[in-house]
Amino acid sequence: MKNCLVVDDSKVIRKVARHILESLDLVVDEAVDGREALTHCEATMPDVVLLDWNMPHMTGLEFLNELTRRKLPQHPKIIFCTTENGLGHIRAAVEAGADEYVMKPFDRETLESKLQLVGIL
Amino acid sequence: MTALSGDSSVRAIADFFEQRTGQHLGESRMWRIETVLRDVMRKHGLGDLHALHARLQRDPYGELAAGTIHCIMNHESSFFRDLNVFESIEKQILPHLNRTLPEKLLRIWCAGCSTGQEAYSLAIVLKRQEHLWKDWRVSILGTDISPFSIEKAQAGVFQQMDVQRGLPIADLLRWFEPNGDQWRIAQDLRALTSFKVDNILDHHAITGKFDLILCRNVLLYFSPELRAHALSRIARLSRPDTLLILGAGETTIGTGTQFVPSGAFRGAYDIGGAGPAPHMLDRLAG
Repeated sequence: MKNCLVVDDSKVIRKVARHILESLDLVVDEAVDGREALTHCEATMPDVVLLDWNMPHMTGLEFLNELTRRKLPQHPKIIFCTTENGLGHIRAAVEAGADEYVMKPFDRETLESKLQLVGIL
Repeated sequence: MTALSGDSSVRAIADFFEQRTGQHLGESRMWRIETVLRDVMRKHGLGDLHALHARLQRDPYGELAAGTIHCIMNHESSFFRDLNVFESIEKQILPHLNRTLPEKLLRIWCAGCSTGQEAYSLAIVLKRQEHLWKDWRVSILGTDISPFSIEKAQAGVFQQMDVQRGLPIADLLRWFEPNGDQWRIAQDLRALTSFKVDNILDHHAITGKFDLILCRNVLLYFSPELRAHALSRIARLSRPDTLLILGAGETTIGTGTQFVPSGAFRGAYDIGGAGPAPHMLDRLAG
């Protein structure tokens, strides 16, 4: 089974995402910000990261830039999942290496289709 | 209204719907009728299903009838729905057509296109292969029985939720622009597509031959007889090597039509095999 790390400072979003992702047969771990997510990735690299943008300590974009800079042996698929729905944010995420982008609110079908697009499902 | 008269009105409206669309409503869809028609009834000042049915009998082809049919129909659609189908189209079927079509003319028909996502997904695929289709005349026709769906398809403006389902983010950036809190599709893609109101059981609205036909998740709502009828119409708009793609779980097997599973492309059908003679198709078409 593939692993997904949900990185979001909202407990509700993490809970909703976990519910959907587990129903898609993924193993789910959680992190509350980019810093915690980096620690998690260094210990156990997930197959895919569902990544919020605005979080305390380290934003989603800062996390992605730092993860890329560290050149770890494996690199997960990155799906941004955020309320930042403007073109500028989407472009910045893709230029930083995001594989997909989900605009909140999202539902099961949306997440499922994005996971298919990045080859996780 | 008594429960009995309510039930009979549901049945009567389901019968009206079936007469107009050919779609038989099973129990699982019938129980939703009152809920999905609530807005239509409110808009037209109708108190209940009995009053709605009475008005439909007086004016079976007016705005109310179109609205009623639209509300009952399933409009489920998304960009690149069933990703493996589009991978097959992009990597195998379109390159094959590019190599084998005698003229630089490609015609695609999306029968039952709903609000246009399937047709626009094909347009995106063709744009990805722009090197293959340079100097070709390419057209994608989308048809649907609902004028409301066709209007939306023609507008090419989609909700955020629509562009999230199945559409790669790179294609959103490349082919869409924000339009308030919605997204408008690029003129380059709209130029490849056209949309038209059409009932797949109608033999007169569309002419010519198509090279690739998608008719996905349409036949499943028809009786076996109407499935054969619809396929006979598709056959009339096909050449012997036209490829037909149906929805997952749909098949031409057992329909008595000319289409057989393609030997070359998994999930597609063509008229290459033995099938009923043309005069049998005429009889099936009634």
